[in-house]
Amino acid sequence: MSRVLAAEGGIDQTINEAFTQVSEAVQAVIFYDVTVAGATFPLVVAWLALAAIIFTVYFRGINARGFKHAIQLVKGDYTRPDEVGEVSHFQALATAVSGTVGLGNIAGVAVAITLGGPGATLWMIVAGLLAMATKFTECTLGVKYRRENPDGTVSGGPMYYLSRGLAAQGKAGLGKVLAAAFAVFCIFGSLGGGNAFQANQAFAQMQAVTGGDDGFLGGGAAGVLFGIVLAAFVGIVIIGGIKRIARVTDKLVPFMAVFYVLACLIVLAANASAIPEAFGLIIGGAFSPEGISGGIVGVLIVGVQRAAFSNEAGLGSAAIAHSAVQTNRPVTEGYVALLEPFIDTVVICTMTALTIVVTGAYTTGGQEGVQLTSQAFETVLPWFPNVLAVAVVLFAFSTQLAWSYYGAKATAYLTNESKLADRVYKAVFLLFVVIGAASSLEVIIGFSDAMIFAMSLPNLIGVYLLMRVVKRKLTEYEADLRSGVVSKVEVASR
Amino acid sequence: VVDQDEKAGVVVGVDGSDAGERAAHLAGWLAKAQGARLAVAHVVPWSPFSVQTAEENERRHATKAHEEKLAREQIVDPLVTALASDGVEVDALVRHGQPAEVLCDIARERGATHLLVGRRGQSRVKTLLFGSTPGNLIQIATVPVTVVP
Repeated sequence: MSRVLAAEGGIDQTINEAFTQVSEAVQAVIFYDVTVAGATFPLVVAWLALAAIIFTVYFRGINARGFKHAIQLVKGDYTRPDEVGEVSHFQALATAVSGTVGLGNIAGVAVAITLGGPGATLWMIVAGLLAMATKFTECTLGVKYRRENPDGTVSGGPMYYLSRGLAAQGKAGLGKVLAAAFAVFCIFGSLGGGNAFQANQAFAQMQAVTGGDDGFLGGGAAGVLFGIVLAAFVGIVIIGGIKRIARVTDKLVPFMAVFYVLACLIVLAANASAIPEAFGLIIGGAFSPEGISGGIVGVLIVGVQRAAFSNEAGLGSAAIAHSAVQTNRPVTEGYVALLEPFIDTVVICTMTALTIVVTGAYTTGGQEGVQLTSQAFETVLPWFPNVLAVAVVLFAFSTQLAWSYYGAKATAYLTNESKLADRVYKAVFLLFVVIGAASSLEVIIGFSDAMIFAMSLPNLIGVYLLMRVVKRKLTEYEADLRSGVVSKVEVASR
Repeated sequence: VVDQDEKAGVVVGVDGSDAGERAAHLAGWLAKAQGARLAVAHVVPWSPFSVQTAEENERRHATKAHEEKLAREQIVDPLVTALASDGVEVDALVRHGQPAEVLCDIARERGATHLLVGRRGQSRVKTLLFGSTPGNLIQIATVPVTVVP
């Protein structure tokens, strides 16, 4: 239990104790784990991995089959003239990727290698490749069942495909229950994992590069101050409506992601001779790990779990962001969405992993999380930890903005677009920025993490029930592609 | 798609500037002299590869309609009304995209023989950084381009 809360007495303590009980009960259910070959395995990770396998098989390997077409769609090869000026496939993808690429790619990978050795990387990549089919399915549904509001805006995501999609199958009651459950989980999840945790990690890295406990951010109140400053920025955007800041960060995040991958490549180039050995360690470690509890199963679990944390496939969050795209064929956005786990997990996470493995940073011990990644870069680029600190803050900020949007959409769904509820939600969100930076509050973080993964329960039940719809749309679309009904648009000015 | 009455066309790009207005009047004179049909076009600068926030995306459809309405009401329609009353056969067009490319597309669609634009006389630094529509246009146009100061 947290020091901060425990120090207080009276009603605070009562509430805290009650909350702790609720939190522990929720975590016990969501993260209920079984022990397989000596390694603990939360069932929710199996639930996500199973979904990815089912969708991969059901859509006959759309992950690989659809890859080339996805790139063509993002390039705009199929954009009709009347769609110019609307939200493009590229924009929907970029917005969704900005929300997903974050600490999971930097810190999560380091955690995976610390726990599972280099071999965890291979299983992470495999999980990422399979997760592409999950994103394909949920994002197609997000566009198919989105709602076009009277004011010209669009609302989409699991809330809408669960309620509207299942109603269309004569399961309106079940749809409403699943949609409401999803929205509630999404609101709580957005406050912790999508917010407090991000603020917390951003502060940790900033504190580390400014001299740790003795540095400029070392004082007792530094966390609160950092949190207030961060909350002010988030508040200016989400309440003040100053979109300029959001636009700047959203532009910076793809740039930082590219820059990050380049930095990884520089480190890899400097250690070029170690690369074959690194691949050997990754592949060998995946099948016959040494000194890892649970052996091959243990490594597999670590990799799959970190991939799920990083790419969010199956949680339904990305379907909210993808649903604004302009298209009359929902499947096209599914194709584009399958690139998301590829970029997030297969490219960026692999880059982090290779960097950590070739530099041997994981063998020295002592460091973990962001610090381990930071140390790996430092061996080749001594100034990089500072850049990494800036990147971490930007990634955290953009993830917070993305999740505040998801939470606000869930609030709007539950309260029938109430303006008051929106304000209350956003105020609470800002409070959690400060709480997150000021203390780790494991109780709240644990509860929120559980909530984020809880989103996958109503979401995937609904997606299973609706996957036939996606299959039908995919079959129609593929037939139209073959017959030329859907064809590339010739751009005259090229 | 060539204009219905198969007349040669003239296209003028306007952006609300005085030079654009002068270009429109020159284009009107040219079209009348040739017996051609004039298109007065405004292109709202837009790239499908710009990065947007989720809220901007959600509202984009409405924003696009609003941008088109404003462009018509404030830039294109007043010119079209004035030219039509001078006896020019004239159409109004508002599109999104990269201005020079879209103007060339319009010229091609309408089988135009001339393209006209105004120039803003922007600083060298700005041109160096962002380019200019007339500058881009003369590089890619397939018909003669007239730039009006």
